[in-house]
Amino acid sequence: MRRAPLLGLLVAAALLGACAEKQQTAATRQLDDKPWAGPAAGQHADAGFKAGDQAAWQEQLRTRAQRGQNEYTRAAAQP
Amino acid sequence: MARMKFICDSERCIECNGCVTACKAEHEVPWGVNRRRVVTLNDGVPGEKSISVACMHCSDAPCMAVCPVDCFYRTDEGVVLHDKDVCIGCGYCSYACPFGAPQFPTNGTFGLRGKMDKCTFCAGGPEANGSEAEYEKYGRNRLAEGKLPACAEMCSTKALIGGDGDVVADIFRTRVLNRGKGSEVWGWGTAYGKPVAGGAAPAQPKAAKS
Repeated sequence: MRRAPLLGLLVAAALLGACAEKQQTAATRQLDDKPWAGPAAGQHADAGFKAGDQAAWQEQLRTRAQRGQNEYTRAAAQP
Repeated sequence: MARMKFICDSERCIECNGCVTACKAEHEVPWGVNRRRVVTLNDGVPGEKSISVACMHCSDAPCMAVCPVDCFYRTDEGVVLHDKDVCIGCGYCSYACPFGAPQFPTNGTFGLRGKMDKCTFCAGGPEANGSEAEYEKYGRNRLAEGKLPACAEMCSTKALIGGDGDVVADIFRTRVLNRGKGSEVWGWGTAYGKPVAGGAAPAQPKAAKS
């Protein structure tokens, strides 16, 4: 008989648990990795830059843009 | 390094939608969401022009300015990205963007509007570079692999150029010089007109009657 009120309290607490106020803290933006930090281990990276080398990464993108998108330089390079 | 930029050469674009397809395939963009699209002006009329449009990664991005939860950020390379964990899918950015870049997937039975999705310049999001979580939310991070956006690299006529702004400008300048024309196609002169020699002076606004 003594356990009945205790049991009742436990059941009430369990039932009212869903009525608790939700956390209202605003989510904050995560900080992004630097692109020259490189892809995750084991993933493909284009040959030409080492992960973590900013200057090499920038040079890689510059070269890729010129070679891939500027046919005038490619035509001029032909003998 | 300058900021990352796109430019579409309307003299070359043939409206093949290869850029749209490349983007959809590269990032497994959901049905109904188009991070990139091709717009044709004067369609069917001789001399029609097409351009490929996506997020232009504005230097002073209006989407960033209006976002109530501040989910946008700009990387050191000038790429405008957003954090989908913070986005509430309100759509303010969509109203603010002059290019219609922000897209909203419709999920579920009742077409619930999802979190905003847009072109990332193939730079992923705030999750770890190349991680599964990043791919699921934002698509592939090609910049971290030392590559340029898939749309620009797949463009068959090289109408769409993407990359370091200095290089992009250099490539476009070379084309214009070789063609002897083209600088007038897009820019200030096209948007606002040019002064006409000997033309009538612009009309003055009439004084309001009291």
